[in-house]
Amino acid sequence: MYTQGLNTHETQGTSPVDTEREARFQARIDADEKIEPNDWMPAAYRRTLVRQISQHAHSEIVGMLPEGNWITRAPTLRRKAALLAKVQDEGGHGLYLYAAAETLDVTREELVEQLLTGKAKYSSIFNYPTLTWADIGAIGWLVDGAAIMNQIPLCRCSFGPYARAMIRICKEESFHQRQGYEIISTLARGTPEQKAMAQDALDRWWWPSLMMFGPSDKESQHSDTSMRWKIKRFSNDDLRQKFIDATVPQGHALGLVFPDAQLKWNEETKNFDFGPIDWEEFRQVVSGNGPCSRDRMRTRRKAHAEGAWVREAALAHAAKRRSRDAAAKLAAE
Amino acid sequence: MTEANWPLFEVFIRSRGGMSHRHVGSLHAVDAEMALQNARDVYTRRGEGLSIWVVPSGAIKASDPGDKDMLFEPANSKIYRHPTFYEVPEDVGNM
Ligand SMILES: [Fe+2]
Ligand SMILES: [Fe+2]
Ligand SMILES: [Fe+2]
Repeated sequence: MYTQGLNTHETQGTSPVDTEREARFQARIDADEKIEPNDWMPAAYRRTLVRQISQHAHSEIVGMLPEGNWITRAPTLRRKAALLAKVQDEGGHGLYLYAAAETLDVTREELVEQLLTGKAKYSSIFNYPTLTWADIGAIGWLVDGAAIMNQIPLCRCSFGPYARAMIRICKEESFHQRQGYEIISTLARGTPEQKAMAQDALDRWWWPSLMMFGPSDKESQHSDTSMRWKIKRFSNDDLRQKFIDATVPQGHALGLVFPDAQLKWNEETKNFDFGPIDWEEFRQVVSGNGPCSRDRMRTRRKAHAEGAWVREAALAHAAKRRSRDAAAKLAAE
Repeated sequence: MTEANWPLFEVFIRSRGGMSHRHVGSLHAVDAEMALQNARDVYTRRGEGLSIWVVPSGAIKASDPGDKDMLFEPANSKIYRHPTFYEVPEDVGNM
């Protein structure tokens, strides 16, 4: 119901700045009111949300690929059922988020096209390969763990449909992290080979997980206005620090070593100090040069192209049924 | 893209017996039947519902947020519509 009718279409950049309306809009945000799809909003607020929500949706969808890679090779039926359920959840998260973005007057097809043409980005983390079963543990523990850190504040985002989607998502995410940590701890307490697998996964996933929070506050371009609009509540660096502080003890409890020689508890700040992040690697991965970037896009494009006949056939079938029903009704009259 | 788009449906779910159906989100489907199936998969994976309604989004007529004051403000001054407006002697007890 949100995508039709009442929304005023605003073309990028051409709409004159309406300072009075914008002031009223900001006052509503400051008063912690929720903005709903049919409410007036600045064009830039709309644009920012479409970009952020659709990127988030794309990430959930592409994020199914690295984990889907291990569904058929899960070591037990229990693990397989859990992984299948988790990947299915991620597909659902993608759908909730696309639906939230669509309330802002973009179509699902436009959004999907932006992903498939490479115009839209998705989280850098899903461009890394899942080489061993331990990687599935590391993803649940670290990647979903980082996602949860990011997503909990979004449940209070000023845009109603996004906030409501995030509440659903956060409820479902906690099982994801726990199942991942269970996998990692089982390996870490297993044979020396299994423990080495867990350590290897941590070695490879730790830094990419920290990059999930995005560039350092000193370089992030979108932060200030996003904070003012209450789309974002905490800075990238604050969330990253929170994640490190929560996660490091969980790793130490399993006897795992983080691949950062400078990682050290700071009694003064009550935080873990950590070493420099390789932002060049981040830039490379974001711009499509991650280890699996091309493969991910190829897989998504292939799935979309090969599903085209199913989408068309379903529509044709529905149309046929409608006309048959109409004919039957006419004959009965 | 030349493909025709799938229509949008709004999904309403009754979470427990005795509760009314509540809007939970939307999804695309070719017809109402598929919308029901998809709603089951997308919105009730953890026992969130006992019953689902799907409604074509275009069938919903929404009030304009711009008319909010005109529509809803008048109720604010009609405090005599609430029980607390009326005085009842204390010795009569609860009413
Ligand atoms: Fe996720
Ligand atoms: Fe998710
Ligand atoms: Fe998840």
